[in-house]
Amino acid sequence: MNLLESFRIALRALNANKVRSVLTMLGVIIGVAAVILLVAIGTGVQEEVTGSIEGLGSNLMFVFAGNFEGGGGAGGPGVSITRQFTADEADLLDRRLSKDDIVVPVVQGPLILKNGNRTWRTTVAAGNEFSTEVFNSTLEEGRFFRRSEVTAGSRVIILGSSVKDELFPAASPIGRTLSVNGQRFMVIGHTMAMGGSLTGDQDNQVYMPYTTAQKLLGTRDLSSIVVQAGSSERVEVVKSQIERILKPSYGDEFTVFTQEQTLGIFEQLLGTLTVMLAGIAGISLLVGGIGIMNIMLVSVSERTREIGIRKAVGARTYDILSQFVIEAIMLSVLGGLIGIAIGAGGAYALNRLVPMQITAWAVVMAFFFAAGVGIFFGVYPAFKASRLDPIEALRYE
Amino acid sequence: MGESDERDPAPVSDGITGVDATRCNGARVVLQACDVTKFYQLDEVEVRALRGASMSICEGEMLSIMGPSGSGKSTLMHIIGLLDRPSSGSVIVEGEEVSHMTPNELSAVRNRRIGFVFQSFNLLSRTSALANVELPLIYSGISGARRAKIAREALERVGLGDRLGHYSSQLSGGQQQRVAIARALVTSPSIVLADEPTGNLDSRSGIEVMSILQDLNSQGITVALVTHDSNVSAHAQRVVHLKDGLIEREEYVKNPIQAAQQLAEINAQGGDEE
Repeated sequence: MNLLESFRIALRALNANKVRSVLTMLGVIIGVAAVILLVAIGTGVQEEVTGSIEGLGSNLMFVFAGNFEGGGGAGGPGVSITRQFTADEADLLDRRLSKDDIVVPVVQGPLILKNGNRTWRTTVAAGNEFSTEVFNSTLEEGRFFRRSEVTAGSRVIILGSSVKDELFPAASPIGRTLSVNGQRFMVIGHTMAMGGSLTGDQDNQVYMPYTTAQKLLGTRDLSSIVVQAGSSERVEVVKSQIERILKPSYGDEFTVFTQEQTLGIFEQLLGTLTVMLAGIAGISLLVGGIGIMNIMLVSVSERTREIGIRKAVGARTYDILSQFVIEAIMLSVLGGLIGIAIGAGGAYALNRLVPMQITAWAVVMAFFFAAGVGIFFGVYPAFKASRLDPIEALRYE
Repeated sequence: MGESDERDPAPVSDGITGVDATRCNGARVVLQACDVTKFYQLDEVEVRALRGASMSICEGEMLSIMGPSGSGKSTLMHIIGLLDRPSSGSVIVEGEEVSHMTPNELSAVRNRRIGFVFQSFNLLSRTSALANVELPLIYSGISGARRAKIAREALERVGLGDRLGHYSSQLSGGQQQRVAIARALVTSPSIVLADEPTGNLDSRSGIEVMSILQDLNSQGITVALVTHDSNVSAHAQRVVHLKDGLIEREEYVKNPIQAAQQLAEINAQGGDEE
């Protein structure tokens, strides 16, 4: 009896037991699809967050007043901020650092915007003329503020896309005026929609010169100083330069965060998330595997009788085994492929709600595990039964 | 010899084998069991199903193995049908000793030389009559159109030419047993063995099955069957009686019941009543 004949026998047997075949396949399908989907969610979220941080530019450094490394971690209870930075420190850095390195003094704070009877609460991210380099936003229309406007503290404002939609829903806001904390500002631009990210909703934000923001908020302090190194290779050099420049006046009471460090913290968090999702995926594989195993074991007595009949009329051990191996492989592979299709299709469809990223290792692992379980529990009982004397197999209860 | 003819057709021999039912009076021996025993453990009690049974099945005969339940007749049938292995003793199929054969060699002997009919039919469920009958041919390596043709002919031989595509569940018990008989004879075996072939059937279906077995026997096929029912064994030419795992005696039936005739009578009675 050749392999082709074994295939025909297996196909006939599968066809004769459609319900069992479908249930077995369902176990494989659910296991594979669940793993692919879950891992896709985990990876997708991780990629999105990592991407949005990396989008800021990997050669950015954030200089904050206060010692964050001494204890507690960022924002932790161990941080003591004795003295905030002012424009003087930004100027100092600007003068002492290389011309390739850009220094942006940053002021952040809450604002109330009014256009006629429309009122909107938002936050400001204020910087100098190099702000575009570090704020990671693209203009939809208009222009960014100039050096002269920074020096003069001009009342010009650039709106985030959702701020623009709220206050100027119909027409272009360029050249129009609005009230910011009671003062008149001119809109010179608005940004493209970015979507939310871990660094805040950039669409619900406005930009202006930091000098203007300081006047508006009634402070001389800066929230932070952002430094962009001329190239990513120079980040560590620039970091130590900054530390050397600020040390005489600030001692240890400041901290330089590189983008690398920020990314590291998030990646650690998201790595934990991925491990958790892999755990869930593992459990769903296990559940799927048990499902496959159950249906295989439930049908053992019927199948053992079938093996008894086949042996009684002359099937050899090889004939029995090849039939069952082929049956199990066909069910598992077909189920696995359908599972991959459903998992990938589901990931694609849900991508609008949750970021999804299909990973090859999840697909491969899910497929081989589910297929392996299906084949093992399909073949092993058959292997045992094929070694029985026909009469024992026929008597099997 | 005249003396023994009057008393008993088989003379009693010495020893535990009891009656010597191993001669064929010149005819070829198709299948032979020599001093076969079968012991097995059942809840720590040793059951001695067969305690040394010897018998022969002669070419062309229709033989019945008879005995009460627990006499070991089904066990004997399974052993000579190579579905089970004896604890000791030997089985010889057409001159070949099978005890040293590998499981695969035994499969080949079952496939080519022995057709087996079970009390409970043992057809593949959710599988057509034709596919069930084709099954032994698959394992003989006969493929395609030829296999279907041989299987169809076998089903026609048992009067089921119009039920080829029916599943076992769509057939009556008698019809299922006829499919099983077709499956048993489809590889043209040297012998057809039937274990209580009428045990699960109503009397009329039972008679039909016996009629088919007798018909096959009249066409030259050797048939051996096991039964506890003397009405059934009366269809055979020779009856071997089994008791407590030993051959007790054998007898020749002078005028075996002709199942075809019985059927005709039943049909005639049915006609009268109408």
